[in-house]
Amino acid sequence: MPTNQFSGPDPHVAASAGHRDAPPRYGFFTDTSVCIGCKACEVACKEWNAIPEDGLELTGMSFDNTGRLGADSWRHVAFVEQRKPLVGPPPDESHRGVDALAAAAQGVTVPEQGGWPAPLVPEQPGRGGDGGSAGDTDLRWLMASDVCKHCTHAACLDVCPTGSLFRTEFGTVVVQEDICNGCGYCVPACPYGVIDQRPDDGRAWKCTLCYDRVGVGMEPACAKACPTDSIQFGELDELRERAAARVEQLHGDGVGSARLYGHDPEDGVGGDGAFFLLLDEPEVYGLPPDPVVTTRDLPRMWAHVGVAAATMLGGLAAMFVGRRS
Amino acid sequence: MATPRWLDWPVFRQLTGPDRLGRGAAAVSRETESLRPRVATADKVSKSICPYCAVGCGQNVYVQDGRVTHIEGDPDSPVSRGRLCPKGSASLQLTTGSSRRHEVLYRRPYGTEWEPLDLETAMDMVAERVIRTRRENWQEEVDGSRTRRTLGIASLGGATLDNEENYLIKKLFTALGIVQVENQARVCHSSTVAGLGTSFGRGGGTTYLQDLQHSDCIIIEGSNFAEAHPVGFQWVMEAKARGATVIHVDPRFSRTSALADLYVPIRAGTDIAFLGGIINHVLSTGKYFHDYVVNYTNAAMLVHEDFQDTEDLDGLFGGFDREDGTYDVDSWQYEGVRVASAAGKRSVDEPRHPGRDMQSSGHPESHGFGGPALHGEPLRDETLQHPRCVFQVLRRHYARYTPEMVEQVCGIPREKFLRVCEEITSNSGRDRTTAFAYAVGWTQHSVGAQYIRAASILQLLLGNIGRPGGGILALRGHASIQGSSDIPTLFDLLPGYIPMPHAHLHEDLNHFISSDAADKGYWANMRAYVVSLLKAWWGPAATEENDYCFDYLPRLTGGHSTYDTVMAQRDGICRGYFLLGENPAVGSANSRMQRLGMANLDWLVVRDFSLIESATWWQDGPEIETGELRSTEIGTEVFFFPAAAHIEKSGSFTNTNRLLQWKHQAKEPDGEARSDMWFIYHLGRRIRERLAGSTEPMDRPILDLTWDYPLEGTLGDPNAEAVLAEINGWDAEGRPLSGYDDIRDDGSTSCGCWIYCGVYQDGVNQAARRRPHREQNWTGSEWGWAWPQNRRTLYSRASADPEGRPWSERKALVWWDEEAGRWTGHDSIDFIADRPPSYRPAPEARGVEAISGVDPFIMQADGKGWLYTPAGLVDGPLPTHYEPQESPFPNLLYPQQRNPVRLANSREDNRYQPSGDEPGAEVYPYVVTTYRLTEHFTAGGMTRWQPYLAELQPEFFCEVSPELAEERGLEHHGWATIVTARNAIEARVVVTDRMTPLFVQGRTVHQIGMPYHWGPNGYTTGDSANELSSITLDPNAHIQEVKAWTADIRPGRRPRGAALRRYVEDYRRRAGVTETTGTEA
Ligand code: SF4
Ligand code: SF4
Repeated sequence: MPTNQFSGPDPHVAASAGHRDAPPRYGFFTDTSVCIGCKACEVACKEWNAIPEDGLELTGMSFDNTGRLGADSWRHVAFVEQRKPLVGPPPDESHRGVDALAAAAQGVTVPEQGGWPAPLVPEQPGRGGDGGSAGDTDLRWLMASDVCKHCTHAACLDVCPTGSLFRTEFGTVVVQEDICNGCGYCVPACPYGVIDQRPDDGRAWKCTLCYDRVGVGMEPACAKACPTDSIQFGELDELRERAAARVEQLHGDGVGSARLYGHDPEDGVGGDGAFFLLLDEPEVYGLPPDPVVTTRDLPRMWAHVGVAAATMLGGLAAMFVGRRS
Repeated sequence: MATPRWLDWPVFRQLTGPDRLGRGAAAVSRETESLRPRVATADKVSKSICPYCAVGCGQNVYVQDGRVTHIEGDPDSPVSRGRLCPKGSASLQLTTGSSRRHEVLYRRPYGTEWEPLDLETAMDMVAERVIRTRRENWQEEVDGSRTRRTLGIASLGGATLDNEENYLIKKLFTALGIVQVENQARVCHSSTVAGLGTSFGRGGGTTYLQDLQHSDCIIIEGSNFAEAHPVGFQWVMEAKARGATVIHVDPRFSRTSALADLYVPIRAGTDIAFLGGIINHVLSTGKYFHDYVVNYTNAAMLVHEDFQDTEDLDGLFGGFDREDGTYDVDSWQYEGVRVASAAGKRSVDEPRHPGRDMQSSGHPESHGFGGPALHGEPLRDETLQHPRCVFQVLRRHYARYTPEMVEQVCGIPREKFLRVCEEITSNSGRDRTTAFAYAVGWTQHSVGAQYIRAASILQLLLGNIGRPGGGILALRGHASIQGSSDIPTLFDLLPGYIPMPHAHLHEDLNHFISSDAADKGYWANMRAYVVSLLKAWWGPAATEENDYCFDYLPRLTGGHSTYDTVMAQRDGICRGYFLLGENPAVGSANSRMQRLGMANLDWLVVRDFSLIESATWWQDGPEIETGELRSTEIGTEVFFFPAAAHIEKSGSFTNTNRLLQWKHQAKEPDGEARSDMWFIYHLGRRIRERLAGSTEPMDRPILDLTWDYPLEGTLGDPNAEAVLAEINGWDAEGRPLSGYDDIRDDGSTSCGCWIYCGVYQDGVNQAARRRPHREQNWTGSEWGWAWPQNRRTLYSRASADPEGRPWSERKALVWWDEEAGRWTGHDSIDFIADRPPSYRPAPEARGVEAISGVDPFIMQADGKGWLYTPAGLVDGPLPTHYEPQESPFPNLLYPQQRNPVRLANSREDNRYQPSGDEPGAEVYPYVVTTYRLTEHFTAGGMTRWQPYLAELQPEFFCEVSPELAEERGLEHHGWATIVTARNAIEARVVVTDRMTPLFVQGRTVHQIGMPYHWGPNGYTTGDSANELSSITLDPNAHIQEVKAWTADIRPGRRPRGAALRRYVEDYRRRAGVTETTGTEA
């Protein structure tokens, strides 16, 4: 058992949370390279969990009208339109610091390289650069289904004063709505901006990794529905192996931009229970590049809980990447 | 929130347990502890099939305490493997949500509000209206020929209904003399039936979704596969994972393109030029599959010496009659053969020239199961050198379709075009196969059938038909639209693609059979299929002496398609209208004309889940807003009947794989909602009761009709299995038939749809079989039942060489087992199972005996795949590029601009725009195409009311390129007005690189994309794209051209009120639109 229960790798996350004879840790591997952007995951999740509809707003951000994860959207499919070919070497780092979603909202496309923003209208008709003919497009339309990461070190859970948020025997992180009192501490604690309160009574809601379904041996609703198996559910160790093999395969096929996100137990949250294969930098999808569990320093602060909590909450707001209101 | 008790308090437990931080075991709440998912507590799981698209995904329906509590994918299904797209996933909201209506509503003539009406009274009123309207509009004869029909009543809808419901609709309405029976298949895939049917002998896709996994290359063209058939797309991804190349050719970069290896933008409406270019490439580089082509296609047949090609006549074929705008097809035929032609011309004593009325009676669709008949033996040249052999004719015809021409016509850069050619040809042959997948992007054109023909020619040349990973997949878009074509709620067909009889040609049964039956192949048994159908419908009343009641069938005299019906409504001929799960005020071309037609009716019956646009136009439709119509002046009486959902009735759907899958009823519908089976059955019962004792000859067919079905449940639904058993048929002793070989022509058998014969073999509902896919091979032959005879790959004899060996080990499917004296393999062969490859028929052989051991296309009159159609289509034996009815460009390939025999009908409410070089064409400068989104379904009746789907695509929008946005000053996320000679609409603007300007004929052309799902009703609302489209029809199948037309686009919202019509008029004036614009041949 690790000495620090707030950061670093933890291969037995359920056992660390007191579950005796816990089953293996379960999670999601979302392979965005095969996502068709159908949003079945969003709907299946809503149907299963009876989540309220989230408003009829045409966002103007490509085909994404969900916008972000929230109390009433536990899956969110991001759409990113890019002028770059699917097959190619790893992209350079030119997207660092670019808010792709905000850019999409302005109707512009993430540029292949260089400065920002891309001109809305290129100088020449057609974009292929082969002179005479338009119609030679090199476009990439990235689609990625985002979800709660079920972190190895989940700050939401660490700051929950009521014990509503808890670690299940499957290693997942779940809100117990019969306990949540709507204090909202968990909301700024999450380094991914996942958990959110409903306006009615303030209780916090997020993906449960279908705790009830998994409990009877079924896979979560989103993974079950996903037509192309972009969302894969399973034992985390096995998923990590599968994901590594998939990246290798894509690299072999010339898709040099493929990389994993959230798979690494050494990362700032001790690795995610839900991790991803991406085709570009995380920011392009609205994901924080280097998430860090916001409660890493909690043990030191333990003695001064009151002060620390206030400090922490203030400081955490600055760490929000990819979360927009 | 429960108040925690002390012992439950996490802090207490964390202090006393191993979870000292209180983040896990110690924190478990009471609710968490007792958590049981509703899938685990359900009383029963009922097996069903998704009601949206034709992928036909399996669904498990969970029922608890008489309520449906959950619906999710059925993991056993070989088609879907448990997955569902967003629509399928929203089935629970669709079926149990608050948007569904459960009461009958009534709008009295000139009324301004709905009124409640009880179901029984409403049924009686409708029965009374049917009887009255029928009587008042009866046509015993037309021009001296017996017609025995009424044009006073029409019905539309069926593709969302069960096969058994379609069967009863067609049966009842035909017995009533109603010929205008139509469904979504007309507007979606009727040209598929004509195109595939004349090429291969059957009008269904030649392959099935799961087999795509074996493709080495998949060309998706004319289809937004990933969005419109998402779960079927898993098989494309499966192929991709195995290394296949996926190519998407489309006017817009869609979610399908995003997953393709190569995206090829194309100008909408130019696919024949593109495919013709590939055909030319294949022929001129010698990359065709020689042995396949010589043995299995009609390449070697000699064409009649009188034949004149478009090369000789500036884009026309020989035989064109400029006066009535039709072809005399005689000269297109083979040397030495008489061909039963499309237009009904069957023997020498018939009129030499079919003329427009017969041409328009839709005969080409009857080749959905059996190509045109031939009489005689065509001459052949196996060397393919004879200048008049099909192969050489083909070569000459396509010689001008060069890469340069493709670039100029389609806007596809030469290199990209050649890369497609390279991929297709290097992935075809003995060892490799390429598949084509298409949908309504190909069918919905004024040359729609010929689009499909072009792909058929290419696939035959490359040897890709009948082989694993090959074929042409027609992606169908409604749960049972294949079924509503097979058991047709279509005006021109009887069940099993038997043509509806024509007044002037088919006076009696003998005449009918002799004009359509073939000498060779299964269609030679046509008499047996017709007689057995008549026995199914009229039972003991059908005897040999009375021609088995052949006279009871109403007769056609021309086109009675849904678009002809709209005009008949405008003209006051059609007085009563049933809408059975179809929403023409949004989904059909020229929506405004659809509504104006309905405003001219005496009565209208709408059966649906919610108050769709076709039900409420009299109250709040767009014409009320513009002041063109006033509720108090509209005399149409409207009945709204709430419909049962798919889980509330038993019955079968036929999916895009030609696969029948049974749905079991999970619960009865609530309130006054009823199945269409219930509605049709009890309507028929009431009509028969009222007419009982009538001595009028016109009432005999309805009184003699077999109309006894066991009723079940508390609502008295007819038993759907009993209907399926009737469709399957039985012998004189009442034993179920086991296949169409059992059908007899002597009146001893009865069969409601011969191509479905076998679905109730041994008295077992074969469509209800559900052996999990993990327990069988990829064909899934023990899941459901596919026509014909449960075969999955059609024409699979062609997967083996002439000697009966697979062309290669890698592509083995079926092969001849010499020892066993039978064909064997992975699939049930689509051939005569014990006919050796060496078999050659005697010269006098007829029927099935005449099929040789090397004739894979057993429904074709010559056993071959048709590169060239000597008969069967009315607009030419070879696909030829014509520009759409409305195009910004002249036809670069020929002086002939448009399909000369297209059906264009210029009327005040259906005006056409100038094209090409004509003055005024620049007023409507942009190309428009329409499409589906994953999140919505067709005219929106099953998605715009569902909050979970509405929120995902909450507004109607148009997609434009940044370049077009700049040219017209359109702002992303702002509004635009789009206008044609028909109407003007507004849409939110999406500026995206996914729309590409194309460089065509020396200039840049812009395309506008618009999903067609929206209308003014529902939870998400918006203008309807079909307000803009015109009624221009393919002459073979009467399908409308809505995938390519022209328009103008301007920033800002459209005018309101009376100003809207003035705006449209002003555009017409500026473009010089008159009643003759766009009508020349
Ligand atoms: S993750 Fe799967 S279900 Fe979700 S949008 Fe992508 S393909 Fe569809
Ligand atoms: S709409 Fe089509 S793809 Fe989607 S779940 Fe239903 S049948 Fe499957």
